[in-house]
Parts: sequence; C-alpha cells; structure tokens
Amino acid sequence: MEQITSLVQIKGIRDGLLATFTEAPWDDQRIALLAQIDERPSFFQGARLAMDVGLQVLKVNDLVDLRDQLSERNVVMWAVVGESPTTNQTSQLLGLATRISKPRPEEQRQFANTISDDTALFINKTLRSGTRVEYPGHVVVMGDVNPGAEIVAEGNVIVWGRVRGMIHAGAKGNRSAFICALDLSANQLRIADEISAMLKPQKDSKPEIASINSEGRLQAELWHSGIS
Amino acid sequence: MTAQVITVTSGKGGVGKTTAVANLATALAADGRKVVCIDGDIGLRNLDVILGLENRIVYDIVDVIEGRCKLKQAMIRDKHYPDLYLIPAAQTRDKNAVSPSDMIRICKELRPDYDFVIIDSPAGIERGFRNSIAAADRVLIVTNPEVSAVRDADRVVGILEAEEKGTPSLILNRLNPALVRNNDMLSAEDVLDLLGIQLIGVVPEDEAVIIGSNRGSPVVTDPRSRAGQAFRNIAKRLQGQDVPFMDLEQQNAIWSALQRLTGRK
Repeated sequence: MEQITSLVQIKGIRDGLLATFTEAPWDDQRIALLAQIDERPSFFQGARLAMDVGLQVLKVNDLVDLRDQLSERNVVMWAVVGESPTTNQTSQLLGLATRISKPRPEEQRQFANTISDDTALFINKTLRSGTRVEYPGHVVVMGDVNPGAEIVAEGNVIVWGRVRGMIHAGAKGNRSAFICALDLSANQLRIADEISAMLKPQKDSKPEIASINSEGRLQAELWHSGIS
Repeated sequence: MTAQVITVTSGKGGVGKTTAVANLATALAADGRKVVCIDGDIGLRNLDVILGLENRIVYDIVDVIEGRCKLKQAMIRDKHYPDLYLIPAAQTRDKNAVSPSDMIRICKELRPDYDFVIIDSPAGIERGFRNSIAAADRVLIVTNPEVSAVRDADRVVGILEAEEKGTPSLILNRLNPALVRNNDMLSAEDVLDLLGIQLIGVVPEDEAVIIGSNRGSPVVTDPRSRAGQAFRNIAKRLQGQDVPFMDLEQQNAIWSALQRLTGRK
C-alpha cells in the first residue's frame, strides 16, 4: 500500500488540496489517489482538489471518470494543471481551471519558451457559453464563438464563423495583434489593453478585422483582400 | 423490452423542465407505453405535485439508494394511467444523497421492464445535474425564447458534448407567436441558429399549462390545448414517429385579423 499511495503526492495549498501526479500510468495513479482518499474519508470530506498532472495526456473520459469518482467521495475537482495542450483543452472543455493561484514560475517559463511565434491552436467546433480558451500563441476557430464563451490568446484570433462572445488577442500586450471573423458582432473585443464594447448587430454580416488603428483605438473594419 | 432513458434538463430554472417531464410521460403512457419518471431534484421536489401524486408518497429515491425500501415500493402508480410511475425525490435531503452511479444502477434495474425512463433534472450544472445525466441515453434541453435561458442552454449543450453524451435535442417552450411576429421575442430560428442542435418540438405559451399543473393533471390530457398538442407531438417523435411541426401562426389568424381591424400592430 505504501508503494501505491506514494505515486500521488497530496499537499495543502491556499485554495485547498493539490495532488501531484508523476509519469506513471494514469490508471495506477488514479487508483492510488482514490485509495488515499478512502483511507481518510473524513479528512477529504468536502475538499477542493487541484491536480498537477505534469506531462500526462488526458482525454475527456479520463477526467470525467475521476471527477465523478471524486464527487462520490464528496471531493470537488476544480483545477487541472498540466503541460500537455490536449490535457489543457480537455480541462477547459470541462470548465476546470487550468491555473492555480500559485503558478510554478520555472515550469511556466519553459512552456512559454517552447512556443514559437507561429504556433496556433486549431479548434474545429463551436465554442459554447462557459468555455474559456487560453493559449500562448494564435487561435483559429472553425465554428462560432457563442455568447458567454471566451478566447484569450497572446497572438491573433481568427474565427471562421460568428463571434458573439469575448475575444482578447495580444493578451500579453501585443498591440499589433488582430481579430478577424466572418461575423464580428461580439459582446466585447480586446486587443492588448484596449477594450471595445461593440458592436452594432449586423443584418447581413460581412467578414471584418479588428485591430488597433494609428490613433491607438480598437477599431473594426470590413475585410477586403489586401489587408495583410 | 429495454427502456430508453431520457433526461430533461435546461441549465436555467423555471423554463418548464418539470412540466415537460410530466407532460411527455403522460403522453407516452396515453400512447400505451410503460413509463417511469424520476424526479432528480432532491431537496426541491415538484414533479409529484404536477402529476397530482403528492399525497401518495411513502418512500422516495433516497430511501431506495440507502436501502430502506425496494425500488418497486418507491414507485407511485399514476391515478389515470396504470403504466405510468413516479419515483419521487426526497424533500428533506440534498443532492449529495445521490451519486451518478446510484442513478445508473436504478436505471439499469428499470430498463428491462419499461419503455421509457424520464429523468427530471434540477436547474444548474452541479451535482444534481451530473446525477441526472449519468444514465441518460438521450438528453432533451428545454429552453424559453429568452436570451438568458438560451445562453444557459448553450452552456449545457457544451457540457454534454464535452462529456460525449451525444448531441441533445431541443424543446422550445412558451413561444408566443404574436410577440415573435412583432420582433419582441426570439424566434425558433434565432434560438436554433445559436444552439445548432436538433429541434424536437416548439410548445406555444398557453394558460392551460399552468392550470393543468396546479390541478395535478398535465395539459396533454386536455385535447383542446395547443401546448398539449405540442407535447403529444413530441411524445410521438420520441417514439420514432415522424410528426410535422404545428403551424403556430394558424391559431392566431383570427386574433391578428382582429388586431389589424382595431388598428394595433
């Protein structure tokens, strides 16, 4: 038992408990975590659990199963921090936080360094209310961005569909970032630190591009080929 | 016989989930199907009232889960339809008394003997909602033609897709064709445009729904009610029949002619 349970480290952090996983097979670690909770059910009763899953690549089913098993033990999974983009996307889909209040500076820097300027996240579906996508590069969405959905990208955001949610491009302060979409009737757009609560709902929508103009204001204009 | 488990949910409260469950279950039973409905709203139970079975409750779903009674003992037979049953929620407990695996177990036990198990989900996206969708083969989302209800429905569709529960179908409840005509209400097209899921029925606003709920006799039993007709059609579609959508304008033709005559828009 000693050996199994030591696969997953659990410690207290400001926001509750943090479980740190290793690179061992996911199922073994999942069982180890549950065993650890079952050993001391009263300690874990009502706990809020964040998970640092390291390099584990987790699919929706993995996280849903564990979340339900935890919830049966009255433990709430609220955040999954990992380095795999797949895992991050899964967590975001499930509405779990992907950052906890005490980030791990050294590893975050590593992550940022591995992203080159041309890296883009491709999302091949409609982002529905409650979905938040954060990405350190560009984001391309093949679908709509519905009201209540949010995209925060350090680069540009391109939506092949309608934008009615919130988009923040150039989130780390890049004022030359742009947002373009087939229909840009968003609630709110942000580029770097400029915010524009737009936008006239359009009857017949045309493709538009939003950027910061020479006067330093966020502005949307009709797309015509020739804008680079 | 293997029952289909259908969960009715919405995200936002007060859009008509419980009314939809009571009406669909009654309509299916009237079509000769064997139906069990389960009230998933532990702590805030309502379905028993709308079905008019409030005073017959002896055991509830938490009693079943905690082993105080057999499943059959908690199933209340309807007053009019002998093949319609209700498993009521507990009123004195909270959602944590039930887990997703409890719901899966109960539905598994019911499947061989019934045609439909209909689960009434509580509002929200927390524990009670998770419990309610755990066993679902099919999910129906109820929404009203209001921006806030549609946004919550969108959130729920997103969660169901993320959990690979399949794409839910939509019931658009309490549509008022006159308001839509004057551009004062979202139309069915507006709602579908945003949600991008399949429509299974549009239920017009109808006072008879409220009257039926208060009397404990769901509106589908009223042959003259338009809302009742809409719910009967949805029940037919759930049984795999291809029923054309009602023309909601038709009923208002005389009324709008009168409005035109009196000079209102």
